[in-house]
Amino acid sequence: MNSLLSFFGDSLVMTRRNLLRLFRTPQVLVFSTIQPILFVILFDSVFGGSITPPGFENYIDFLVPGIMVQTAMFASINTGVGVAEDLEKGAIDRFRSLPMARTAVLFGRTNADGFRTLFVMTIVICIGFLVGFRPTTGILNLLTGLALAVLFANAIQWAFVFLALMLRSLEAVQAASFAPTFPLVFAASTFAPVQNMPSWLKGFAEHQPVTVTVDSVRGLFFGSEVLEASGGSLSSSILMSLAWIALIFAVFVSLSSWRFRRN
Amino acid sequence: MIVSLGWHAYMSNTNIIEVENIVVSFGDVNVLDGVSLNVAEGEVRGLLGPNGAGKTTLVNVIATLLKADSGVAKVAGFDVVSHGKQVRSSIGLAGQYAAVDELLTGRENLEIVGSLYQLSRSEAKIRANETLERLSLTEAADRLVRTYSGGMRRRLDLGACLVGQPKVLILDEPTTGLDPRTRIELWGFLQDLVDGGTTVLLTTQYLEEADLLADQITVIDKGKVIAEGTADDLKDLIGGANLVIAPTDPTELNNLAEAVSTLNQNDPRIDEQKGCIYLSVDGGAASVVKASNLIEAKGVALSSISLERPTLDEVFLKLTEEVTQ
Repeated sequence: MNSLLSFFGDSLVMTRRNLLRLFRTPQVLVFSTIQPILFVILFDSVFGGSITPPGFENYIDFLVPGIMVQTAMFASINTGVGVAEDLEKGAIDRFRSLPMARTAVLFGRTNADGFRTLFVMTIVICIGFLVGFRPTTGILNLLTGLALAVLFANAIQWAFVFLALMLRSLEAVQAASFAPTFPLVFAASTFAPVQNMPSWLKGFAEHQPVTVTVDSVRGLFFGSEVLEASGGSLSSSILMSLAWIALIFAVFVSLSSWRFRRN
Repeated sequence: MIVSLGWHAYMSNTNIIEVENIVVSFGDVNVLDGVSLNVAEGEVRGLLGPNGAGKTTLVNVIATLLKADSGVAKVAGFDVVSHGKQVRSSIGLAGQYAAVDELLTGRENLEIVGSLYQLSRSEAKIRANETLERLSLTEAADRLVRTYSGGMRRRLDLGACLVGQPKVLILDEPTTGLDPRTRIELWGFLQDLVDGGTTVLLTTQYLEEADLLADQITVIDKGKVIAEGTADDLKDLIGGANLVIAPTDPTELNNLAEAVSTLNQNDPRIDEQKGCIYLSVDGGAASVVKASNLIEAKGVALSSISLERPTLDEVFLKLTEEVTQ
């Protein structure tokens, strides 16, 4: 009981520490916002004319959920970078020498980065609105979709925490991050429907976590019909997405905690 | 060669740091090769050794950051492996680089560390204030650490291990990388700290620092303890002192050397340029009297005679040299 209380208290302190650091480096916030904004405008202009996804009239409606989840993936690289930086600068050694719940160091990082992602995704939605994005299912579904995307981002952040704990160097984390991130983001329904992909890729693309999460957000924003148009359904997408999220959390929270305690 | 001066034997009941036969290896290299160390409550112990001697590794084992391959380490009676959290409550660690947060203010840094020592928010605030005051950082307290000088960062780092008021402070090379002026300034703060009666384990490469701050010095090299004792004990280890004798008439140097040659098996060393002779002696001040008597009997007039203690640097070089051989 006592240790549970100290875990929550310490996580709160560490979350506050990381949020303070975030506000003191507005550059990070600005640049991690500029990139998805650029993507919304660029991709809509470039692909909007030639891609008509089944179930959608406007490409921008299809695109915004994709960019939200793409943001979840790319912005999570920063989580790994942050952990590596704390390791390199000796901050983690200091925390590990204190009588605190050790894993609170990691939860503090992912909590703060969860807030950062929420902020960036909200901006993406707002920019989307400016260029024609019009969800049809009401504010509650909009918020649920946003929450699911943030939850997914939070799970992915734990994967990058683990990567940083293994590699222990800022440059290595940056270099290693792109290999898993790119296929997951692009071999997915993020920017284009998976139906037209070659069959060797399609099997992976249909079931991987990014696709099912993007589809869930789309279904939440526009109703199950847009998924049924290509043979899916909202309930199965959400179930798959939540299963992936639970699995990613379970694997990487335990691996990271184990690695962090060990050394 | 292990030189134990038997000092800690009397104090074993109140040892707050007990390290027994710790071995740590990275690959085939034994970074710590059976190190034992006992530090009494209230003692300031200097852990002295060259780069790569294993000082930081030992500190990391004691601070629960690194698990030893074998051996036992206890702080305040708690085993570092089985009772890590109690150990961490008892220590304050300042690592080799100032691990302070550049994007936070000095005050925020200390309040966060205080909270993580499980102090309440108001307690953490009070302690942070006291600590800033104590380290003369009150004026800079609300500035981002990014704007601090190197010396101020070290002071804040020191502050971070004081806010929790731990029983044992572990300072790993607290002045490495500082310019001489800042180092002397930091020594002032450390001196106040050790005068306050806190137990301190201080690693350093600077003999001067160990001499100035530590009650007891443990010399380690290549993962082994090679000597232990007070600065004076260590100086005695390399054969007492040098007698430096200068005759009034420089041409009498050889006569002089002959006169005192019976004092020691080694022949005196004659330094013609400086116009004096050196003779290593064991007897301290008594040897000055003996030498004077011998010289008087020979009838040589002296301009000066003095006893020079070896510096810790010489001790250090001598000791680490023996390990190399």
